[in-house]
Amino acid sequence: MNNYPEITDKVMSVEEAVKKFIKDGSQIALGGFTVVRNPMAVAYEIIRQGIKDIHLVCHSHGQALDVMIGAGCVKRLEIAYGGNGRYAPTCIRFKKAIQRGEIQFEDYSNYQMTLRFLAGALGVPFMLTKSGLGSDLLNHEGFPKEIRKEPKVANKKFAVMQNPFSEEDDKVVLLPALTPDVALIHTQYVGEDGTVRIKGLTFADIEQAKSADVVIVTCEEIVPRSFIRLDPDQNTLPPFFVDAIVKVPYGAHPTGCYTFYDYDPKHLNLYKKVANDDGLFKEYLDEWIYGLSSYDEYLNKVGSESLMKIKANPVLGYAVGLDRK
Amino acid sequence: MTNYTDNEMMAISAGRFVKNGDIVFAGTGLSMLAATAAKRIYAPKAVIFFETGGIDPSLEEIPMAVSDLRVMYGTCLNSGLIEAFSIVGHRRLHTIAFLGAAQIDRYGNLNTTVIGDYWRPKTRFSGSGGACDVSAFASGVITFMQHEKRRFVEKLDYLTSVGWYKGGESRRNLGLQRGGALAVVTNLCVMRFDDTTKEMYLAEYYPGISVDRIVENTGFPIDLSRAREAAPPSAEDLRILREEVDPQRLIL
Repeated sequence: MNNYPEITDKVMSVEEAVKKFIKDGSQIALGGFTVVRNPMAVAYEIIRQGIKDIHLVCHSHGQALDVMIGAGCVKRLEIAYGGNGRYAPTCIRFKKAIQRGEIQFEDYSNYQMTLRFLAGALGVPFMLTKSGLGSDLLNHEGFPKEIRKEPKVANKKFAVMQNPFSEEDDKVVLLPALTPDVALIHTQYVGEDGTVRIKGLTFADIEQAKSADVVIVTCEEIVPRSFIRLDPDQNTLPPFFVDAIVKVPYGAHPTGCYTFYDYDPKHLNLYKKVANDDGLFKEYLDEWIYGLSSYDEYLNKVGSESLMKIKANPVLGYAVGLDRK
Repeated sequence: MTNYTDNEMMAISAGRFVKNGDIVFAGTGLSMLAATAAKRIYAPKAVIFFETGGIDPSLEEIPMAVSDLRVMYGTCLNSGLIEAFSIVGHRRLHTIAFLGAAQIDRYGNLNTTVIGDYWRPKTRFSGSGGACDVSAFASGVITFMQHEKRRFVEKLDYLTSVGWYKGGESRRNLGLQRGGALAVVTNLCVMRFDDTTKEMYLAEYYPGISVDRIVENTGFPIDLSRAREAAPPSAEDLRILREEVDPQRLIL
């Protein structure tokens, strides 16, 4: 039981949310973008529960993607960009996994991936664009042929067709819809009625959430119904799209969350150092994930000094003057 | 003579391409610096925006990623990727994109995906991100490169983002209605593209840089007949860059 009568069946712990909705082989859409609003609390719990063979679908992603790949949870990846800003221009475990042939991967662009989520959200089989014409994105299929028949894998990467509304030669690129099993979104606020509010940029979170069969939302705060309904222009998703609501303050650490906290340069630099070395990386997983039983323990380990340094100015939205080297 | 670094010269050189009214798409790193410098020095009425959906942020601190919280403050609009890409290619807007790449060819096509075999690469990079998209949609693309022979190549290991494709009219024939590579800004020079052949040529070499050095570090022949010396950054340009754009020296 909890104190939220309208969403009592949706509010749960991160352990329960992962146990209930994520299985070996799940196709998971990652919300957020590179160093911002990564669903870290859920990513750590997926690793802790030893979930395997995950099929990740994302546009530009960073820390959650990299740590899940590094922990061996990911079998398959459809992606536009793996990077952590200046801390890792190319995500390090992502890079190693591809260079070593450890994961199946398919490259798309940011806009293409966003359109694929939009197609899933709208219930149409594909969307189209001009982006990709002439690019090797159209020439190289990353996935092996034999997996093309599996559920939730498109039977081909792209199709190019003639614009049927034009008499002249005019090509367009068709992109297959994505309908992931689960979308993971980290946000600032969820109302006591289940309404989701993302502050700052929404990236493709809305399209990702609407394309998925199940949506797990982690949030910094659960706020009164009266607050979230006072200014509905600010809201992002209605309650009926959300299946699990988990209150996890600092749940995107070490990535940032606009108006709450910045990305954590100290932790991202530590990660950069350990990710480059297989032995050190294993120690990092033991120390920061397997060896801890809850997110509270994780935050204790990060420490109040670090958390205070990244605390955002609530007006500007970021930590002013933070040493970001 | 004033002292300045390669990155400062590159940011200033790229900034000179931006005009008032342009909508500037900035990628990560040097792109961010150049876009901010352009707005503060040359084109105060240009608008900077990011593929993540942040439009016209105040940029009081320099962002270090396109999703950085600093691209969300002081904007006219915080939106998402669909909104951002509807701006890059919008027929009413003149959009300039700043990108970086691991490899470039003579037609300004870019590789940000792999070196070596695609499936088992020698080096894997981040991937397209929004680069393929903006290269298809923007009115013009300016690319930042470190000027090395292994980066200026006859043939890309992987063509992520289309510039002038195979030259001549080939980009238009692909079905891309506008845009193309506008310039390449390196640590040695500025390259542009011939109006007809769409091949890269040397437009400006930086003060103190010999044309021979540029030729030696380019993996394909380049036309030198239009080359002239670039103007160095002014003291005021450098002051703005150092004191206003990147006082924390995150990118400079």
